[in-house]
Amino acid sequence: MPEPMGFFTDTTVCIGCKACEVACKEWNQLPAENGGIRELSGDSYDNTRRLDGIHWRHVRFIEQFKGPYDGRWLMMSDVCKHCVQAGCLEVCPTGAIIRTEFDTVVIQSDVCNGCRACIAACPFGVIDINPVSGTAQKCTLCYDRLKVGLEPACSKACPTDSIQFGSIVELRTRAQKRVDQLKSQGVKAELYGADPNGALGGLNSFYLLVDQPEVYGLPRNPQLPTRNLAKSSSFSLASAAVLGVLALVGLRKRRMDDMGGPGAGGSN
Amino acid sequence: MSDTFFSGAPHWAWLIILYFFVGGIAGGACFLAAVVDWFGGPEDRPVVRTGYSVAAWGAILSGALLTIDLGRPLRFWHMLFQSANVPALMFKGWSPISFGAWAILVFGLFAVLSALGGMAEEGRLHNPALRAVGGAVRGGLAKVVGGVAGLLGVFIAGYTGILLSVTNRPIWADSPWLGALFVASGASTGAAALILLAPGRGATEQSLARLSAFDTKALVVELLVLVLFVASLGSVNRVWIGFWGLVLLVGVVGLGIVAPLRLHLQRRPLASAAKLVLLGGFLLRVATILASEGIERYRVAAGM
Ligand code: SF4
Ligand code: SF4
Repeated sequence: MPEPMGFFTDTTVCIGCKACEVACKEWNQLPAENGGIRELSGDSYDNTRRLDGIHWRHVRFIEQFKGPYDGRWLMMSDVCKHCVQAGCLEVCPTGAIIRTEFDTVVIQSDVCNGCRACIAACPFGVIDINPVSGTAQKCTLCYDRLKVGLEPACSKACPTDSIQFGSIVELRTRAQKRVDQLKSQGVKAELYGADPNGALGGLNSFYLLVDQPEVYGLPRNPQLPTRNLAKSSSFSLASAAVLGVLALVGLRKRRMDDMGGPGAGGSN
Repeated sequence: MSDTFFSGAPHWAWLIILYFFVGGIAGGACFLAAVVDWFGGPEDRPVVRTGYSVAAWGAILSGALLTIDLGRPLRFWHMLFQSANVPALMFKGWSPISFGAWAILVFGLFAVLSALGGMAEEGRLHNPALRAVGGAVRGGLAKVVGGVAGLLGVFIAGYTGILLSVTNRPIWADSPWLGALFVASGASTGAAALILLAPGRGATEQSLARLSAFDTKALVVELLVLVLFVASLGSVNRVWIGFWGLVLLVGVVGLGIVAPLRLHLQRRPLASAAKLVLLGGFLLRVATILASEGIERYRVAAGM
């Protein structure tokens, strides 16, 4: 059994070239949106806008400028986090979403029936329907390449090693070193998703960020969808019990009305 | 900002809204029919029979709506059986959508049996096979079948709200009250459907008055739960500033709850009150689903 594999993305060295997006699309043969005719978003250099069924990598551009000479660009290549506790996998009613021997999360396209529960379940907005297959799709962490000993297309293509592929244990050590290095230079660097005791049991695609997670479009405290199950079910049961009692009481009343003779029926 | 704002919308739109509405009515009507079946008198039979019929047709329509809504409709059975491992069953007790798929199937089965039993009672079944089935569902067996259908009906009405809560979407996952709200709405709309349809099968004035009395109470419960739901949303409530908030306030609360409550209490024409209740139940699904569907993660991230 291979050890858990994943990505460490060091956002400080991303140059926004989108080589990862292109490599991903090429390897996975993902179609262009709208036949390749796209409106420009007007939002920085970001015309991809989001991860979805045909965009499994997405480079975010965050412009933080206070004045012409006072500012910075933040860039981050976003992808499925291959959560150790994955919300998508948890709810999928067809069993299409599986955990592989590499501890990654993969959607089997021949099983998925396009119910879209996983889209709403993912805390990161990673999944969407691929209009060609009619099924839910996302990054597979290049399961096909891993199987034959190749690294994923995106990390292979990344010219700055912003995306690094490897065993999770080793990546965590490397990431911590980089954080220490940046901190010694006075940069406020934090890891996001590297803690196995943290949110979702750790993310097998984790990040080095230099600002709040929200700035990068990441939730501060991602959670499993079933966190709401017990409470929501018991409140529903309570509501059902109240209405059940009301329905029964209505009928008992009728029996008393009958005893009370004509004219008393339906008096409320 | 709630962490739910970073998730993606599942494109659950009109077909699902319609399903939630129809499923609520079917479940609610079936539950009331079962209660009246068990504890009502012989003069209430038209209400019972109508309720089971509404449940049966509602379940069939629900299944159709859910199937058409899938990205790959022909694979609907993948929710019931492990597609690579037939006949092993596919069931996840912790996933409302998985649980629900089975519940609709079983609910549909019991509701159809009860409806056939009701039609046989009226002597309306001419097809020999259906008449045989309908004729078998009577007496004690009919009560048991109807009782099971009624209990499953409550589940069908409410689980859709739980399903929405067991996600990471804004509004839905931000409150634990949606399931309770849909249960109450299922009861009120189920009663409303019976008020409108039962007279066609011979329901007495007295039966209808009792349904109206129950609908009144169900509407009060619904209003209370709606208040709790909105209160529990906290800062997420800013999503209501806009069109869907208006629909919720004017359509659901005003037209769908307060107006029919007044009509019920003034003992005005029951049918008008019932129609308003149905409208309100539909708009409740529309507002809660579309308000969340409209929130796009990339717009949130970009501060738009
Ligand atoms: S990031 Fe989303 S899609 Fe990826 S494994 Fe986690 S829950 Fe599933
Ligand atoms: S859309 Fe496909 S992968 Fe997603 S939950 Fe439904 S069946 Fe599973």
